[in-house]
Parts: sequence; structure tokens; C-alpha cells
Amino acid sequence: MSTHSGATGVAQAPPQAQQRAGRRAKAPLSEGARAERRLGWLLCAPAVIVMLAVTAYPIGYAIWLSLQRYDLRFPADRHFIGLTNYATVLTSSLWWTAFGVTLFITVVSVAVELVLGMGLAMMMRWALVGRAALRTAILVPYGIVTVVAAYSWQYAWTPGTGYLANLLPSGNAPLTQQWPAIFIIIGAEIWKTTPFMALLLLAGLALVPEELLKAAKVDGASAWQRFTQVMLPLMKPAILVALLFRTLDAFRIFDNIFILTAGANNTRSVSILGYDNLFTALNLGIGSAISVLIFVAVAIIAFVFVKGFGTAAPGQEVERR
Amino acid sequence: MAEIVLDHVTKRFPDGTVPVNDANLTIADGEFMILVGPSGSGKSTCLNMIAGLEDVTEGEIRIGDRVVNQLAPKDRDIAMVFQTYALYPHMNVRENMAFSLKLARVDRAEIDRKVNQAAELLELTELLDRKPANLSGGQRQRVAMGRAIVRSPQAFLMDEPLSNLDAKLRVQMRTTVARLQNELGTTTVYVTHDQTEAMTLGDRVAVLRAGVIQQVGTPEELYQRPRNLFVAGFIGSPAMNFLPGTLEEGRLRTALGDVQLPAEMAAKVRQAGAGRDLIVGIRPENFEDAALVDGQRAEGRTFKATVDVLESLGADKYAYFRLQGARATAQELEELAADAGTGDAPGGSDQVVARLDPASRAREGQQLELWFDPGKLHLFNPANGAHLTL
Amino acid sequence: MNRNPRAKTLWGITDIIVIIVALVPVLWLASLSFKDPGTIADGSFLPHKWTLDNYRGIFQTSLFTRALVNSIGIALIATALAVVVGSMAAYAVARLRFPGKGLLIGAALLIAMFPPISLVSPLFNLWRQLGLFDTWPGLIIPYLTFSLPLTIYTLSAFFREIPWDLERAAKVDGATPIQAFLRVIAPLAAPGMVTTAILVFIFCWNDFVFAISLTSTLNSRTVPAAIAFFTGASQFQTPIGSIAAAGVVITIPIVIFVFIFQRRIVAGLTSGAVKG
Repeated sequence: MSTHSGATGVAQAPPQAQQRAGRRAKAPLSEGARAERRLGWLLCAPAVIVMLAVTAYPIGYAIWLSLQRYDLRFPADRHFIGLTNYATVLTSSLWWTAFGVTLFITVVSVAVELVLGMGLAMMMRWALVGRAALRTAILVPYGIVTVVAAYSWQYAWTPGTGYLANLLPSGNAPLTQQWPAIFIIIGAEIWKTTPFMALLLLAGLALVPEELLKAAKVDGASAWQRFTQVMLPLMKPAILVALLFRTLDAFRIFDNIFILTAGANNTRSVSILGYDNLFTALNLGIGSAISVLIFVAVAIIAFVFVKGFGTAAPGQEVERR
Repeated sequence: MAEIVLDHVTKRFPDGTVPVNDANLTIADGEFMILVGPSGSGKSTCLNMIAGLEDVTEGEIRIGDRVVNQLAPKDRDIAMVFQTYALYPHMNVRENMAFSLKLARVDRAEIDRKVNQAAELLELTELLDRKPANLSGGQRQRVAMGRAIVRSPQAFLMDEPLSNLDAKLRVQMRTTVARLQNELGTTTVYVTHDQTEAMTLGDRVAVLRAGVIQQVGTPEELYQRPRNLFVAGFIGSPAMNFLPGTLEEGRLRTALGDVQLPAEMAAKVRQAGAGRDLIVGIRPENFEDAALVDGQRAEGRTFKATVDVLESLGADKYAYFRLQGARATAQELEELAADAGTGDAPGGSDQVVARLDPASRAREGQQLELWFDPGKLHLFNPANGAHLTL
Repeated sequence: MNRNPRAKTLWGITDIIVIIVALVPVLWLASLSFKDPGTIADGSFLPHKWTLDNYRGIFQTSLFTRALVNSIGIALIATALAVVVGSMAAYAVARLRFPGKGLLIGAALLIAMFPPISLVSPLFNLWRQLGLFDTWPGLIIPYLTFSLPLTIYTLSAFFREIPWDLERAAKVDGATPIQAFLRVIAPLAAPGMVTTAILVFIFCWNDFVFAISLTSTLNSRTVPAAIAFFTGASQFQTPIGSIAAAGVVITIPIVIFVFIFQRRIVAGLTSGAVKG
């Protein structure tokens, strides 16, 4: 609870405190409270400095770069062109294809992960057998390097080399066609991040009191009814938080696509598009414009979730003394 | 000298709440002072201000002869026992008790001596190497006290230390705390919401309500001569019965019957200028089964009522009965009911309790003739709760 | 839930299915890594001809070993820094009252949602100008930034679990705030710090976007980036065997790691809501 000016009268404040209060004519802070404030700021300072330095400044710089025509191959040609880069990007079919692909991947993978994650969460909560092994297995996808897993999938789906590809009719190279490749990418994403989703949901599930479920059972509710009428409503905040984080994460997808297809055949996501323009085409102006657009898209998604669904951002609870 | 003085102490929060309002209290050296009151009455806040864990908005707190308002807790030479014991879980009992001494750079031999001494006093010697997780509730409570004792401070501050113990253990620990305070002679300020603890442990008791000290006195004073409705209703278990009464030319009409007030009482009521409507208080122990009262019958009044519920506790019997027109209303009474949790209970306040001798033949559902002494009635002004006949 | 034998067998079967699905890619990689180069394109799940050549190969050049050193070093340093800086902020957030706290939490949340790719272009240019491009600090700093929200969030949840009364007791016992922190709070928060360190380490170990954007040589290239640039015998042949072997080498330790610490990791990610 931060010490803010309240609506208390000042008539009885001891004289020296009134002088100290100065412009704030309210109950002054004591030594103890002020030392606490100083300590608070001091302790937060390093974290704040690091976080601001590496995000606020660069994003400002990115916006600045995006307003220029800046190609690293022709550095002398650099000049200010206002919003032209944005116009170029927003009218390019490459951008909209990438945007569409990204949205599709995001929606499908998050939806599937939600269902699978819920199942896994329930398994982890109520598993009767082999809890440790189950947990380890579930956490392995979380711990493994994304790139390494991506390679595993790539080889699995490459005809000739891969056991999965060889299950398909011969001549089929799924990674070289847009839609099969997209589904493989979605599969890789789901495999990699369902554990994280499962854990976030487990946190919410752990808050459902066993007694409520028992009471529902006694009242005659079937397993499905217990799930929809008792567990889901109580888990709503946790589900929304999990959805928020996963959606933001999914929108930023990069690693899996880079390895699986390198974005070929219109399987690019917006992040890959940004990377291509930056490092392959060395066009800092366009690349920065794409970066800023991605940032805006992510901010909009977050806004929609927080305001639209009323997601409670974690860490904003007020602790009581 | 470890006298503790609260001088016009007020605590005000930035959002406007005033948990403690103009508290004035003098605790003598070596005295066992209890702060009692319902939850939210400000007693813990008072204690925290004495300890230095909360700031004082106005007024002065003096320990010994020093004004301590600006001193940190560690400089006030006080020790505190918390309701949750607050034992350091990663240290064993010995280390818990030695912690403060280590911080004060006392040398090892001295620390060991003090810790062993305190352990012996509290019968903790065999538990010195255990961690708090391996102790029972009562043992943890003793360690918390041991931690306070080793420092030989000027004062002990205890914040509801017995509330987390089960009933039987609580009674046992009460005597331990009393014995300890007697032996050590340290000034002690003890906060509780249980009036039984207050009555049995304290040299003097201060009753708080909504941040204001209602009355300070010995347990007996508070019991016999409560200064207002709140104190009268808070002290004593079962609580005092309250009934409305109307005063007409020296005759008091109540649901228990008409009573001719003794002259001095009537005079005092008139002097206080309280008007006709009063609240009458009578303690359950001032009733008796009329059948068992022979000699003194004439000195009291009798009335008949049907017994609703009869509680037979062996050494006492409690008869609950309902009387027409026995429901008295006042803000203090509502607060007391809210604190006791009976505010919303069905069949609440037109119920009267009487304590009867175990030999009484009272039966549930049957009519009983009851006797009481009008001299034991307490009369209160319904407007401000003040006791009219002290 | 029923404890009858039928339920148990059902659970057992579901367990096994989940475990297989979770581990298949790892096993597949392992299989590839043991396959003789001649048979690598044969598409069967298990190797027909087993060989250790792939493993020998990756350790022969400094490409992989150097990347391994980079990964371990950078991740460890970033983790240590994140835990230290993060604990200080987490403690302040969980315990102290000061204006701007809400702002800090909001900002941390925002950063957690940041698309790293948006930072890559300015950082690329900035680092080149500051001489941080292709250096260890060049990666440690962004890793630190992105692990701080996670650290602060996890650690403040752990700090909040410590009873408030313990600090007051320490105050009354005579401890200064620093003494109280070092002798009472820190020992009790140690498990939380270990958990946070594990989560941050996994995060740094895993990163790909920054690794490929902000490095160019073995000076600071970490394993994920190095693997992506493995070359085979000719430009048409992808070095499947080597990549698989490298993948296994960096995954097995993680599997062991996760197995040992699975309780802590679950506790950390669920903010302690699930214990054990």
C-alpha cells in the first residue's frame, strides 16, 4: 500500500512536522516510512535501469530507424522518409501473408494447447501412478532447446530420412508445401509449449478445493458436470492468464519456423519476415518498421485480453500487512 | 525504572482511519498490564507503537524516562512475543533464543549461560537442539517466551500469545505466564481479546473500544464498578444481562417486575439527568433459584419465568429464559453482540441468563421462580452508555 | 478418485502414452546421432548400423566445444546476475511500501510480453556501435533484461510466503534491515532462489533469436546458433548426424537436470501453489 496523500485534517500535526511537510499539507511521513521508501527505490534501481536501458531505449531507437531509409548495403544513402516504410510494409502482400500465417498458427496452437494442457494438468494433479516420471517427461519438452527439437522434427518429416515422412505416400515432402508445413510447425509448437501451459493451468487447478468436488459428487454431478460447473469457473482467472501469456508467446514464433522451413513457401511468420529484412536484406529501415508493427500487434493483443476479458495480471495483488 | 507511559497517543492512517485515539496510560514498573477489547479496538496497534513497529502520529511514548517515538525497536530495550510465535524456522531452539544476543555481540559464554538459564525456567532444556517444525504448539510458545526472556529487557510486550493454543493448554499456559512474570518482575504489556485471560492475568486491565480506552482498573474494579455499558457487557462470563427499564417516581419498571430503587440510587439517577428510559444490567450470578433462598427472600425480588434451555455444568447450572420486553438496544450492545458473533443469531437478545446453584431443581420447559437483589442492579444511560449509580 | 486396480491400470496406460509422446523427438535424435552416415537416410526409427563417429566428429573441431563453453558461461553469468538483481527488486516489491511499485510491476509485465525480434534491429546497430556485438556481455545484457520479469514474479511470490512476523521479530531482536535480510529472509528464500535460477538458466540456454542476431563468430556464439550453422561435407549435404549428436549432447544434461529438480520447477512455475 503506497503512502499517498489522504484526506486527513492537519490541525493536530506536531509543529516541526508541519514545516517538514512543506507543500504536502497532510500527515507527514515518519523517519521509518521514509527509510522504507528509500530502501525500496534503492533495491529496485538496478533492475529498473537494466530493463529500461535494454527495452525503452532500443524501442525508441527502432522507431527512429523505421522512419528512415536505411539500407546497410548503401549506408551513405541513409535519410529520413517519415512513414513511407510503414506504407511499404502494410501494402505488401508478403506482410499480410506472414500476418495471416502467424495468426493462424497462434489461434490453432493455443487452442489445442489449452485442451491438451488442461488434460495434462489434471493428470499431474491426480495421477495415481508414476508421478515423478510423468512430471519429468512432461517437463522435458520445456527444457529442451527449441532449435534442437525443431531439428528432430525436421528430420522426422524429411522424406527418406524421417520415420514420419515415410509413413506418408511416397513423393510427399510435407515441409516443402505451405499448408502441410504449417501444420507441422503447429505440431512442433504444441509439443514444445504444452508443458508450460499445463503448469500454468495446474496452478489454477490446485486452487479448486477438493471438498467442492466431493460436494458436487454427492449432489449427483457427473465427471463432465463437475468439470464444467465447478472446476472451469473457479479456474477462469488462471485460464485467462495462461491464454494471455501463451498467445503473446505464440504470436512471436520464430525458432521452429526458422529451422523447419526457414520461412520458405509462404510459411513465414511476422518475426521471420522481420529477421529476413534485417539480416538477409540488411534493410534496417524496413526491418525496424516491421519490428515496431509486431510490437504494436502484441500490445493490442495484451490490451484486448486485459480489458476485454478482465485478465488479472499476476503480481498486482495488494499484499496485506 | 521501566515505567511505560502513553501520553495522548493517537495513530492516524493516511486513508483517515484512526485505530488509536488519544490514549493515556501509565504502566508502573513491574506491573502486568492487559490491553483487552474486541477485534479492531486498537489494542494491537497500541502494542506495536510501544514496540516501535508502528509510528506514532501524535503524542509521546516514554519507556523508563526516555521518549522513544523516534527510536527503532532494537533501541528500545523491549522484547516481544508474537501471536504466531514467529520462530525462525531454519534455526533450532537454542539459536532462536540466542539470535538477539548474537546480534548484540554478546560473548559466547554469556550467551550460553543466558540461554540455558531461560531454558531451565521454561523447561525447554531437552528441546534446545530441535527445530521449530518439530515442536508442539505449547513448546513453540514457550520458545517464543524464552527468546524474549534471554534479553532481560525493560519490558515484555505480548500480542495474544495464547490464542493459537487449544483450550486446555491455554489454561495451563496462563499460569506459566503469570508465574514467570512474578519471578522476573519485568513490566509486561499483554494484549488479548479474551476477557477471562485479562481477568486472571492482569494486575490492571485497560478496556479498549474503537481505539478509545474505556476504563483502566484492577479486574475487580472493572467487574464491580464498570464505568459504562461497554465495559459492563465485555467483562464477565457469561455476560451481563441488559434489559430496558423505565423510571417513574423512584419506581423502576422492568421485565423482571417493578423495583423500588433505594434512595441513594434514585438520587444519583436524578442527578445524572438521564431521563426516564434506562438500561438495566444484572449479572447472571446475581440471580438465584427462589426455592433455595430462604432467609434473604425478603431483601430481594422474585419473578416467574419458563426455562428455555438449562445448561448443567456440574459446579453450576445456567438457566436461559426469554422475557417479554427484555430486549435492550444500544450501540454498545450491538458492537458487543457483533464481536461475540451473536449479532445475527436467532433468539438473541430477549434472552436472559441466570446462574443457579447446582442443587436447583429447575427443568427445561418448566416454570421457575427466580430471585435477585435489586441492590446489584446496574443502571445505564442509554444515550451515552454511562453508568449512573457508581 | 478411485483407487481400484482398474483405475490404476488406466492411469498407467495414459502415463505411458504421455511419456512416449513427450520423449519421442529426443529418442529420434538420439537414434539419428548413432546412425552410420551411410544409413542416415534410410528413414527407420532405430539405427541399423550403430556408430559413434558423429560424436567424435563434433568434438574434433572447436566449433561445437567453443559454442558449448559460450552457452554455459553466458547462461551462468546471466543467471547469477538475474537472481541477485531480481531478488533485490522482488524483496522490495513483496515487502516494502513505496510509490511507483505498481509501475514497476506493470513495466516488468510489459517486458515479459515484448517480442524479442523487435529489439533485434536496434540492438544490432547499437551493439555494433558500442563494440558489444559478438561479445559475451552483448548477450548477457538482453538475457538479463528478459529474465528479470520472470525472476521478480517468481521470487516475490516466494518472499510473500515468508511470514511477515519473522521480520518484525528480527527487528525487535535488534537486526538492521540488512541483517534481517541476510540472516532470516535469505536462508528461507533460498529454495525459491534455486528454483528461479533453474528457470532462468533454461531460458538463457534456450534462446535462439538473440543468439543468431547478436553474434557472428565463435567469440560468443552459443550452441543453438552454432548448430544452425553447422556445415556438412558439401553445401548440399546437411550434417544430420553431427547436428543430432550435438542436440543429444546438450539435451541429456537437461533431462537429468529436469528429473532431479522436477519438483522445484513445478513449484516455481505454479508459484508454489502446488507443493511436491
